[in-house]
Amino acid sequence: MTVFLQQLLNGLSLGSIYALVALGYTMVYGVLRLINFAHGDVYMLGAFAGYYTSRLLHGHLGAAGGGLVEAGIILMVSMVACAGVGMLIERLAYRPVRRASRLTILIVAIGVSLLIENVAQMVFGAEPKFFPQIIPEKRFDWAGVVFTNQQILVLATAVVLMIGLTLFIRRTRTGKAMRAVAHNPDAARLMGVNVNFIISLTFAIGSALAAAGGILVSLNQPGIDPLMGLMTGIKAFVAAVLGGIGSIPGAVLGGLLLGMAETFVAGYGSSTYRDAIAFLILIVILLLKPAGLLGKGQVEKV
Amino acid sequence: MKTKGNVRMKKSIATLATISKIALGLAALLALPLAGCGKKADSNEILIGEYGALTGSIASFGQSTHKGITLAIEEINASGGVLGKKIRLVTEDDQGKPEEALTAVTKLISKDRVSALLGEFASSNSLAAAPMAQSSGIPMVSHGSTNPKVTQVGDYIFRVCFIDPFQGQVMAKFAHNSLKLGHVAILRDVKSDYSVGLADYFTQNFVAAGGAIAGDESYSAGDKDFNAQLTSLIAKKPEALFIPGYYTEVGLIARQARRLGFTGALLGGDGWDSEKLWEIGGDALNNGYFSNHYSVDNPAPEIRAFVEKFKAHNQGEAPDALAALGYDATRVLVDAIRRAGSDKPSAIRDALAQTKDFPGITGNITLNAQRDAVKSAVVLEVKDGKFLYKETVAP
Amino acid sequence: MKRLVPILATLAGLALLQWAATALLLDGPIRQGPYYYQILLLAGINVILAVSLNLTNGVAGQFSIGHAGFFAVGAYVAASVSVYGGPAIAGILPNIPLVRDSGILIAATSAGALAAAIAGWLVGMPSLRLRGDYLAIVTLGFGEIIRVLILNIDAVGGARGFTGIPRLANLFWVGLGVAASLAVVRNITRSSHGRALLAIRSDEIAAQAMGINVTRLKVTAFVVSAAFAGVAGSLFAHFAMFLHPNTFTFVKSFEIVIMIALGGLGSLAGAVLGAVTLTVLPELFRGFADYRMVIYALALILIMIYRPQGMLGAGGFLGRIVRMRWKKPVAKKGAETKSADNIGGPSA
Repeated sequence: MTVFLQQLLNGLSLGSIYALVALGYTMVYGVLRLINFAHGDVYMLGAFAGYYTSRLLHGHLGAAGGGLVEAGIILMVSMVACAGVGMLIERLAYRPVRRASRLTILIVAIGVSLLIENVAQMVFGAEPKFFPQIIPEKRFDWAGVVFTNQQILVLATAVVLMIGLTLFIRRTRTGKAMRAVAHNPDAARLMGVNVNFIISLTFAIGSALAAAGGILVSLNQPGIDPLMGLMTGIKAFVAAVLGGIGSIPGAVLGGLLLGMAETFVAGYGSSTYRDAIAFLILIVILLLKPAGLLGKGQVEKV
Repeated sequence: MKTKGNVRMKKSIATLATISKIALGLAALLALPLAGCGKKADSNEILIGEYGALTGSIASFGQSTHKGITLAIEEINASGGVLGKKIRLVTEDDQGKPEEALTAVTKLISKDRVSALLGEFASSNSLAAAPMAQSSGIPMVSHGSTNPKVTQVGDYIFRVCFIDPFQGQVMAKFAHNSLKLGHVAILRDVKSDYSVGLADYFTQNFVAAGGAIAGDESYSAGDKDFNAQLTSLIAKKPEALFIPGYYTEVGLIARQARRLGFTGALLGGDGWDSEKLWEIGGDALNNGYFSNHYSVDNPAPEIRAFVEKFKAHNQGEAPDALAALGYDATRVLVDAIRRAGSDKPSAIRDALAQTKDFPGITGNITLNAQRDAVKSAVVLEVKDGKFLYKETVAP
Repeated sequence: MKRLVPILATLAGLALLQWAATALLLDGPIRQGPYYYQILLLAGINVILAVSLNLTNGVAGQFSIGHAGFFAVGAYVAASVSVYGGPAIAGILPNIPLVRDSGILIAATSAGALAAAIAGWLVGMPSLRLRGDYLAIVTLGFGEIIRVLILNIDAVGGARGFTGIPRLANLFWVGLGVAASLAVVRNITRSSHGRALLAIRSDEIAAQAMGINVTRLKVTAFVVSAAFAGVAGSLFAHFAMFLHPNTFTFVKSFEIVIMIALGGLGSLAGAVLGAVTLTVLPELFRGFADYRMVIYALALILIMIYRPQGMLGAGGFLGRIVRMRWKKPVAKKGAETKSADNIGGPSA
C-alpha cells in the first residue's frame, strides 16, 4: 500500500512536470494550430537562463527570505528572457510561413528546434550542469510515503497557472481576442483585433511558461543539459494531445495522466517499455477520442 | 499492345536516364572537393585519425576523450615527435551515431590516408566502424569501448581499456567479498550497450558468488525522473543498488534514491568517473563505490603530472576516466609506431600486438591475444566529493 | 518481350555502373575511392527513403514523421533473415558465391519490405483517419515504439547492436532499389490512383464526394511507402554490417522529411535531389563539424521561408532547368506545389 501511494505520488510529480510544459504547447497550438517543436528547447533555455542568473547573483543576496528572493529574481529574469526568445522565434521563423502549408510550418518548427539545440551545445557546452538549489529541499516522510517541498511546488504551480490561464483566456479582453484569433484570424482582424500582436503575446506567454517550467523542474532534478528539452517537449506534447490540445485544463490533466501511466508501467510492469507506453496510450486515445479527453469535438475545417 | 510497350519502354528509359543523371550529378559533386584536396600527407608527418562524438547527445564523453588525445599529441610533438616526424591528428565528429561513425572512418582511411585510428568510446560506434578499419588494414585502437565484441571484429582492432566481463566481475566480487552484500538490485540504462553489458556480467558473477539479485529495472539515458523504478526496487529491500550508468544520470539517481529513503550502498562502473558526478549528486553519493581505470587522487608522480598538465590545458577541469583512456590510447599507439620504426599500418598493427607492460595512466597495459588490454581495475569510494581509493583488483 | 527490354537495359546499366565503380573507386586510381563509393551507397539508400516518404507526404499529403520506424523494421527483419536464415537459404542455392549472396539478399530484402509493409498497414489502417498533425504525432510515436521494442529483443542484440550481418549490398543492388522505388512511385503518381491521391491532398472531402475511397488509397500509399523504407533498411543493414537502435531515432525521421522538403514536396526529382544533397553536403562541410548542424538547421528554416516549394518547385532556376529536361512530370508539378501550399493552411 505504501508502495502504491508512493508510486501515485511519483506519478503526480512526474506528471506535473509534463503538465507545466504542456500548458505552453497547448496555448500555442490552440491559437495557431502549430506544433511548436521548439517549445521543449525554450524550456531548456529557461533552465540555462536560471543557471547563469543564479551564478551572477551568487553571494550578492545572502540568504534573504530563505532563498525565495533569489528564486523570485531568477524566475523573473528567465521568464522575461524566454518570452523574448519566444517572440523572436515567432517573428523570424513562424510568421513568414504562417500561411504556408502545414508541412512547411512543421518543418520550420523542426528546424528551429534543431537550431536552438545545436547553438546551445556550442554556447553552453554538451556536458550537464548542476542547477543550484535556490530553494533548499525539505523532505517530508508521511508513514513511509516520501515527498519534497519542490515536488509540491511544481504541482501547485501547474495548477495555479492552469486556473490563472483559464481565467485570463475566459475573462479578459486579451483572452477574448486570443480566442477570436484561434477561431478565425481573418474574421478577428476584420473585427479590429491586432492579430500579429495577439500571436506574439501567445508566444511570449507560452515561452515564459516554458521557462518557469524549466526552472522549477531543474530545482527538482538538478542536472541540466542542452538536449533536456527534446524528450520532455515531445512527451509534453503527447500530454497536451491526450488532454485535448488547445484546452488548458486538458493539458494539466493529460500531463498528470501521462506521468502516472509512465510511473505505473515502470513501477509495476516493465521499465524498459516506459517510453513506448506513453506513445501507445496516445495512439489509443487518438483512435478512440481524437479530440482528446477534454477537447471539444471540432468540425474539420474544409 | 505495341503502344503500351512503347510507353513502358519510354518510362523505363526515363528511369534509366534519371539514374544516370543522378550518378553524373553525384560524380560532379564528389569531384568538387577533389580539387581542394591537393595537400598530400606531408612526408615529415604521421597522420592519426580520431573519430568521436563531438556533438550530439553523448558529446560530453566524446569531448572529454578528445581533450585527453590532444594533450597526448601535443606532448609527443613538443618532445620531438616520433621517428623524427610530427604527429598530425585528424579528428572527425560522428555525432554519436553509428552510421556517422562508419562514414567518418571511411573518410579518415580513404581520403586522409591516416596510418592508424583512435576511437570510439561508445562500443556501438566502434562496432559500426571497426569492419571498415579491418577490411582496409588500418589499425584501430579503441580507448573506451568495453563490449567484448569490438575486438572480435578482426586482428586490426585493439583496445586499451578492460572489458565488461572483467569490470562486472570486479564489482560483483567487491560487493560480495569486501562489502559482504547478499542482495543487490540493479538499475541499468537500457539505451547504452555499456550499461546493459555491465549489468549482465555483474549479475552472472554476483549470482555465481552466491549473491541474489533483488530486482532489475531500467531507464533510458536522458531521463531525469527515476522515482518509479527506484520505488519498486527499494520496496524489495536490497542492501545495495548497482547502477552501471553514466555520471550524467547517476547523480540524479543517487539523489532520488536517497530522497526515497534508501540508505544502502550504491555501486557502479567507470561511467561514474567525473567531477560532475559529485556536483550533481552531492552527498547522496556517500556510501557509493565504483570500479575505475585509475584513481585521480593516486599519489604516483606520473599520474599527478598528468592531472596537473590536463588541468592546465583545460581551465582547471580534472581529467575523468575517458580523458585518461584517450591519453593512454594515443600514447600506446605512438609507442607502437616508434617500435615499428615505420608508419606503415601493417607494421603498426604488428607492433601494437606486441604491446607489453606499457606504463599508462590507467595502469600497466599489456595487449593479449584477443587484442584486449589486460590490466587491473581499482575500486573507489565516493566520500564527500572525493574518490577514495579502496582496492585494486587484478585480472 | 518489349517489357523486358527496358528492365534488362536497366539491369545491364547497373551492372556496368557496379563494374565501373569497382574498377575506379574501390580498386582503382582514385585516392578517395572507397569514401566516394560509400557516399554513393548512402546517397542511394537515402534516395529510396526520400522517394518513398514523398509518396505519403508529398503526393498523398499525409504527414508522417516516423519513416525511420519502417526503415528500422526493414533493416532488422532483413538482417535477421540473412543472419539466422542465411545458411538455410544458401543450402538450397547452387554454391556459386554470386548466386548465393544475391539469393540471400533478395530473400532478406523481400522479408524486410514485407515486414515494413505490414507495419505500415498496422499503423496506417487506424491512424490515417486522423487529421494531419495528429497523424504526424502518431507516426512519431510509432517510430519510438519500434525503437523501444528493438532495444528489448535480445536476438537482434538489443542495446548492444546487431553484429555479424554479411556485407551483401553493393552499388548494383542499391541502384536497383533506387530504380524500383522511382519506377513504382512514378507509376503510381501517374496512374488514376495517383490522380486520386493528388485529389485527396488538395481536398479530402471533395475527393470523397467524387467517389474516391479515401482511406483505402491513403493506406495503400502508406503501405507502399513503408515497404520501400523496408527495402532501404535491408540495403543499409547489408552494407553497414551492424545495426544499432540509435540509428533509428526520430532525428533520422526528421532528416528524411527535411530531404523531401528541401527538394520540393511532391516532386520526385526533388526528393532525389534533396536526398543526394543532404548526403553529400554534410561531407563537404566536415571541416566545420561543430557548426554543421547549426548551418544545416538555419538553411532549412531559410529555405522553408523563402522557397517553401523546395529547390525543384515551380518558378525556381533549378526548377526551370529541370522542367526543360523532364518535361512531363515537372509541368504538372508547378500546379501541384501551388495546391500543396493551399491545403490545411492554419488561417485558410
